[in-house]
Amino acid sequence: MQTVIDINDFSFSIGRKQILRNVSLSVEAGETLSIIGPNGAGKSTLLRCIVRILTGGTGSIRIHGKPLESYSQRELAKLVSYVPQADGRVLPFTVHEFALMGRYPHLSPFSSIREADERAVADALALTGMQEFRDRHLGTLSGGERQKAFIAAALCQGAGIILLDEPTTFLDPKHQDDVHRTLGRINRESGVTIVSVTHDVNTAAICSRRVMALKAGAVAYCGPSEAMMNNDILQEIYGKQFIFATHPVTGRPVVVPGEVMP
Amino acid sequence: MTSRTRALIVALLAVAALAVIVLTPLFGLTSISWSAILHPSSGGGQADIFWRLRVPRVLMAFLAGAGLAISGMAFQGMFRNALATPFTLGVSSGASLGAALYTLSGAQLAILGISGISVAAFAGALLSILLVYGVTQARRGMSTGTMLLAGVAVSFLFSSVILFLQYISDFTNTFLILRWIMGGLSVVGFGSVFDMLPFVAAGSLIVFFQRHELNLMTTGEDIAASRGVNVKSTKHVLFFATSLMVGGIVAICGPIGFVGMMSPHICRLLIGPDHRYLAPATLLFGGTFLVLCDLLAQLVIAPAQIPVGVITALLGGPFFLWLLVGSSRDLLG
Repeated sequence: MQTVIDINDFSFSIGRKQILRNVSLSVEAGETLSIIGPNGAGKSTLLRCIVRILTGGTGSIRIHGKPLESYSQRELAKLVSYVPQADGRVLPFTVHEFALMGRYPHLSPFSSIREADERAVADALALTGMQEFRDRHLGTLSGGERQKAFIAAALCQGAGIILLDEPTTFLDPKHQDDVHRTLGRINRESGVTIVSVTHDVNTAAICSRRVMALKAGAVAYCGPSEAMMNNDILQEIYGKQFIFATHPVTGRPVVVPGEVMP
Repeated sequence: MTSRTRALIVALLAVAALAVIVLTPLFGLTSISWSAILHPSSGGGQADIFWRLRVPRVLMAFLAGAGLAISGMAFQGMFRNALATPFTLGVSSGASLGAALYTLSGAQLAILGISGISVAAFAGALLSILLVYGVTQARRGMSTGTMLLAGVAVSFLFSSVILFLQYISDFTNTFLILRWIMGGLSVVGFGSVFDMLPFVAAGSLIVFFQRHELNLMTTGEDIAASRGVNVKSTKHVLFFATSLMVGGIVAICGPIGFVGMMSPHICRLLIGPDHRYLAPATLLFGGTFLVLCDLLAQLVIAPAQIPVGVITALLGGPFFLWLLVGSSRDLLG
């Protein structure tokens, strides 16, 4: 197995506040990994450091064996893409226009859009099931469709690694399923490595083979998702006890809400 | 809207611009007929007025309008705010201060054939945007709102310095600076046009080559960075290009306000947010718009001429208010 992301003893501060403490993580090609942890644990910051929206920090991050700093932003974008947290801003573009902008790392200032770019966009829209929304404005889409449009646009970069920041937060259950299925398809059919930040312990356990948990900026757990589903580990991460049940179909453990409303 | 429709709109704007450039010199205090231009000997000086006063004036108005408009477009796109323009961010006042200092110094330099006042105005423009941007960067978690406020502050600061300079200088200089601050396009001969041309041409070319970057910046700096845009260097390149244009224009015409805010905004309504089409459209629209404003400035209380800055401000003020109240959010997110 080839290591595509290799983070070694990485620490990062914003101002005087330390956000990440000595984080180490390696991600293999074609893997699905979830990053969980309480609010403010540094999950989003870690993703933003990997795509170099944030720069600096100590320790090292290597992509395909080469240090992050050795890549230009454009070269990096050909290897790693990123889907930010939905922020409710309305972008004034259609799905097709927005996806086409994902081809940026392959464009030069003098070139115009080529056939290869249009083909990459068509492929990405097909893979995410967004063809019928091609000419719709992003502002007119539902939350789930919007998220899939963002995933399609990220795929257009042609990168083998995609990082997602809470891709299903704020979505209703149907659209959550839809996005998870789409991500699963991308992973299986295109072999894209998927790293996603999530708040949902069950999602992490079901949708990814491996989980890393951050707590106050440090790694609290990193290992197979099944091995995480017990109170020894979850108590350590979230500082609270969970109640477990067995998933009636898969037979694997899931957590259920503990408080029952009278 | 298909890309074909957009290309068509750009073409129509180009035709309109050409028509305005060709026809406008015929109008003014004295009407000039085609035959007088074509037969200079019979026209009683009409050909002279046409070639030495009106044509250069129209060309200069077009250049100034085009450069200010595309600068405004770059700022609006880069900061995702319809109110971010060279004028509101203090770049125009920076350029004015540079030019005013140069005027008062009495120097008469030319660097590689480029007049010293343009270089001084460019330096002032660049300095002010770096100041405004630097102040906002120093504060973590800055918003575009903070930057606009910083722009207003710098604008006031520089305007006060100019006022102070006027106050302490002699009557002639005071009048010169005051008249120039109102914004004017009166020229004799093509000298000033050629002074301005390299600034506007180079600046708008640089902005046009950043069209893909500007499109991505419109979607947010995080997305732009993750798509491979070097956000920092893109901003620096755009700061340089817009300072070049604003400096070159302000040095000769004074700070003409609101063209830079209105034109890109109207064009966005017309042609959409894609800078591949928006940039040429804004350039053509801004140029045409200022030529027409200048014609209005000459005719409205003829034979006296109002400074064109007064006309653009009279149109721009209400537009600014309309933006504040209304639709800016829909267009730039």
